[in-house]
Amino acid sequence: MSQRITGIGASAGIAIAKVFKLENPALEIVKTTINNPEQEVERFKEAISQSKTELEVIKDHAEKELGEDKAAIFAAHLLVLQDPELIDNVTSKINEDKTNAESALDEVSGMFISMFENMDNEYMKERAADIRDVRKRVLAHLMNVEFNTPSMITEEVIIIADDLTPSDTAQLNRTFVKGFATDIGGRTSHSAIMARSMEIPSVVGTKEITGSVENGTTVIIDGIDGVVIIDPTEDEKASYEQKRVRYEEQKNEWAKLVDESTKSADDKHVELAANIGTPKDLPGVLNNGAEGIGLYRTEFLYMNRDQLPTEEEQFEAYKEVLSKMEGKPVVIRTLDVGGDKELPYLNLPKELNPFLGYRAIRLCLDQQSIFRTQLKALLRASAFGNLKVMFPMIATLDEFRQAKAILLEEKEKLEQGGVDVSDSIEIGMMVEIPSTAVMADLFAKEVDFFSIGTNDLIQYTMAADRMNEQVSYLYQPYNPAILRLVKNVIDAAHKEGKWAGMCGEMAGDEIAIPILLGLGLDEFSMSATSILPARNQIRRLSKGETETHMGDLLQLDTDEAVKQYVQQHFLK
Amino acid sequence: MAEKTFTVTSESGIHARPATTLVNKAGKFSSDIELEHKGKTVNLKSIMGVMSLGIQQGSEITIKANGNDADEALSALTDVLKQEGLAE
Repeated sequence: MSQRITGIGASAGIAIAKVFKLENPALEIVKTTINNPEQEVERFKEAISQSKTELEVIKDHAEKELGEDKAAIFAAHLLVLQDPELIDNVTSKINEDKTNAESALDEVSGMFISMFENMDNEYMKERAADIRDVRKRVLAHLMNVEFNTPSMITEEVIIIADDLTPSDTAQLNRTFVKGFATDIGGRTSHSAIMARSMEIPSVVGTKEITGSVENGTTVIIDGIDGVVIIDPTEDEKASYEQKRVRYEEQKNEWAKLVDESTKSADDKHVELAANIGTPKDLPGVLNNGAEGIGLYRTEFLYMNRDQLPTEEEQFEAYKEVLSKMEGKPVVIRTLDVGGDKELPYLNLPKELNPFLGYRAIRLCLDQQSIFRTQLKALLRASAFGNLKVMFPMIATLDEFRQAKAILLEEKEKLEQGGVDVSDSIEIGMMVEIPSTAVMADLFAKEVDFFSIGTNDLIQYTMAADRMNEQVSYLYQPYNPAILRLVKNVIDAAHKEGKWAGMCGEMAGDEIAIPILLGLGLDEFSMSATSILPARNQIRRLSKGETETHMGDLLQLDTDEAVKQYVQQHFLK
Repeated sequence: MAEKTFTVTSESGIHARPATTLVNKAGKFSSDIELEHKGKTVNLKSIMGVMSLGIQQGSEITIKANGNDADEALSALTDVLKQEGLAE
């Protein structure tokens, strides 16, 4: 009998493959006295050598897939594994105290772990996690338990996990990982966004998938409807195979629109752009016919490493994106970290309310050397394409003015030094804090553009943490309060002859699109995979007609009422 | 025995990445190699030992090598420190 589990479709598509569970095995260590220390030391060395072989495979694989930089972590693991202090101490504990290898290793590594954890440096504290990883790997071999990391995958699988961390997703191999399903998460959680940019079908927030499958079980992932079928019957396999084929056909239909411009049925043009995290996302952007990049999240350049990226590294990345986009607009957002996106090497204190805390532009205006390095890299890269710079998390006019002044200062310095900098860089801001949406009329006089970040705008307007499932019902993109703010921003921009875009998930949403078109949004920026379906939808809508509905629509009282209105009038 | 003292010049001191390179290099020699920093001595072939020192910019470190290939080891490690811009 097959079993059906529902969750949230995070990335469209259908995949059928065997389960690969990513989990932390429970390793219970029992201290025993042994009779033959020599044999025990042998057993320990054997586990070390097995772990070493395993790590070397992972390291080679990571070097090929992700480059030497990201593989460096495994080189560090290998050193810990062969560390004489560790091996000698464990060996002498086995010999002198006659304890078993498991508990000797546990005690010795535990000593190192607590030493690192007690250091007054966030980076060093994180190294304790490396030692923990290595200990786990060796213990798993000693105790003959399976231990998995995504980089160990060498056949077609579907990953099942409680959640996927950024470092897990960085290790995913697109050739082998056909799909994934997780217990927690929502459409805007990190793993979901990554899945869409990697075009891997996925279902998140299933609550119970990890407890319901075993390694090797066959599952079907339906990322369109957010369903996982465990151990499907032949009939189910066949019907999902049909669904997969239909989806592929639909995709092929959409593919014909790759080189078409985005015009509504009454011939009004809007721009469809893509959101990206790294230059590696560019092939997806170009294959899906994006008319530009509406959001380049630069924070990925700063993540998974132990120090800030240099100006040169940043320059190379920005230049690559700008030149490959061949003059199409590229909106690059300056560093948006802090809060929940941590950079251990910045040693930022833990906060109770990270989303309301020291992050993004607040951090950049305070730690200006970080900000200035990034701006210099951006300005130098501007000579290679059509750059627009966008500041995140602006709350006040003062912040925008300060950020803009710093940018202009750096620009002047570079020009004085004879560096080639573009003269037509637009400077704009994210609208994600309600204060700026309300004051959009004044901001519009000073910015070149707005880009509405709906994920945060919704969470701040509704005062609902989007990571907290108990208040997830308040994440209401179509709530009239949100729509009125969006309208206010677009109107304010147009009054000053500026443009308004949107780079949150909402911009690619089937229900939101007719509304945004009717409100006059100029640029829609979304996951690359959403672009063709969005273009297909907009080509069938009359902009003039959507406009006539806005008066009625903005008078509706609930999220649900708006949804029904759109379904009734525009999604027949 | 060969011995040499350096001043750390790297802005971020000596952690993970440079420590990895240093330990890897030390592991290639049969001599006993020690690293001394602020009165504490650790085995330079131990990544955890080296990182536990938390060496910061401006501090002094001493490398001591003892064994058949002590001189070669010391000069190879000196090269690493210079090439990586860690110390001089």
